[in-house]
Amino acid sequence: MENKIEISDLRVHYGDTPALNGISFDVHPNEILSIIGPAQSGKTTFLKVINRTLEFTPEATVEGSVKLDGVDIRTIGDVYGLRRRIGMVLPLPVGLPLSIYDNVAFAPRAAGLRTKSELDEIVERCLQQAALWDEVKDRLDTLGTKLSGGQQQRLTIARALSHQPEVLCLDEFSIAIDPVTTMRIEEVLKTLQKEMTILLVTNLVQQAKRLANRTAFFLNGDLIEIDTTDVIFSDNPANQATYDYVNGTFG
Amino acid sequence: MFTETEIGRQKRRIENVMRIFFLVMTSLMIIPLLLIIGYLLYKARPVLSLEFLFTNPKDNMRAGGLWAPFLGTIYLVVVSLLVSAPIGVFAAVYLSEYARESWFTRITNLAVVNLAGVPSIVHALFGVGAFVLFAGLGESILAASLTLAIMTLPVIIASTTEALKAVPMSFREACWNLGATRWQTIRRIVIPNSISGILTGVILQVSRAAGETAPIMFTGAVFYKAIAEGNLFAYNITEQCMALSLHLFTISTQVPDVTEGIPYGTAIVLVGSVLLVNAASIVLRVYLRTRKKW
Repeated sequence: MENKIEISDLRVHYGDTPALNGISFDVHPNEILSIIGPAQSGKTTFLKVINRTLEFTPEATVEGSVKLDGVDIRTIGDVYGLRRRIGMVLPLPVGLPLSIYDNVAFAPRAAGLRTKSELDEIVERCLQQAALWDEVKDRLDTLGTKLSGGQQQRLTIARALSHQPEVLCLDEFSIAIDPVTTMRIEEVLKTLQKEMTILLVTNLVQQAKRLANRTAFFLNGDLIEIDTTDVIFSDNPANQATYDYVNGTFG
Repeated sequence: MFTETEIGRQKRRIENVMRIFFLVMTSLMIIPLLLIIGYLLYKARPVLSLEFLFTNPKDNMRAGGLWAPFLGTIYLVVVSLLVSAPIGVFAAVYLSEYARESWFTRITNLAVVNLAGVPSIVHALFGVGAFVLFAGLGESILAASLTLAIMTLPVIIASTTEALKAVPMSFREACWNLGATRWQTIRRIVIPNSISGILTGVILQVSRAAGETAPIMFTGAVFYKAIAEGNLFAYNITEQCMALSLHLFTISTQVPDVTEGIPYGTAIVLVGSVLLVNAASIVLRVYLRTRKKW
């Protein structure tokens, strides 16, 4: 089976401060790979490398290679197209100051799609996938910023799905939403797994345990261990630090 | 039972004193403005009429109205803003949305701050050298307007930059993650959500451009010039014009035996037009605010 993403010796520095110290691993197609680890371990930086939004941080330098379907992402000329192949959901919900409809239609429009019927179809499908359709279908013209936090986060997910990504990255998506909504989204992710590869950065180790096929443990910019979730959460993962972190006896 | 402690009483006393103190300070700011306008209106009462606004000064500026200087000020303000507003706004968009930290942006930002602090008489001398003499525009509305534009440009850049910065960074990041270009992000999200601040900043420069005397008196404003009354296109921008600010200076200090009330009337027209434009900007701001989206 071909790997979806291949990361080899990836190093990132912010000025003189190292953020990732040469990590290498593969992401399999249609898996949910969760990335766990304490703050400052490089999880968010890693996601920013994949969709090349780290380029908006001028002092960041990247070495090593990241291949998407075998192609080094740095050789991809159409960076905007690359970003649309990767869906990104950030920790805090951001409803753009546009209507709900326009929020979801933003990326397809940015890519040049103008046909009303196709946009309608995308908006409905993505809102349904994000478990938000039933709550907003009668008020698609209200502002996305007026929704509650949990609804805005689902709107963010719908937006990330609107450009039909091959890889969906979620960066601590449940930080600002209630447990019930979190569970609903987790169900959604299990369904989406059939269509795409999912990278799940999370601070909730139990969430990783519930969802992920494999789990990677990052610590201070190093990849300590990557294995099937069963092994990581077992009594004998390869590294003692992994065991300590997962069981909350870290530090 | 609840009884108030000595410390609680003291805190409430201090709270009241401070509230009154701040109220007094605020009133001190409003009182001069009301006094100025009230005094001007009282003194200008005999001459104020629509005719005063729409007739030329006559009898060596001892009598008559304000048509030529009034229209001249409008020309100077409009032409200068037509130049400075687009350049200022686009420069600010570049500086805050596109430019990365570099020697170029550092020098530009330094130039903006310093230009904003240059006295207007220095702008006037620059205008004489650059526009009147070097560019060969002669003393004209165009040269005077360009001088005013140079004067208002840095402030427009600064206020526009502030308005753009008020749009949360997270909106931009969300757009970039969706594969939007910087321009798509600016057009769809940044500009629509900062336009009220941008317009306010630009409109506030109307009052500066209308009020300044120094930058225009060597570059295009003239003591006296009769033009067709009631014709909005009576001036040619390659020629000189009268202006309210200079006219006020002239009739107050250079012309003997001016009809009582005319200088006050001139002042009230100048202040009134500026207040009117500012009020319009407030209305516009309130209107755009109601459409504010987060």
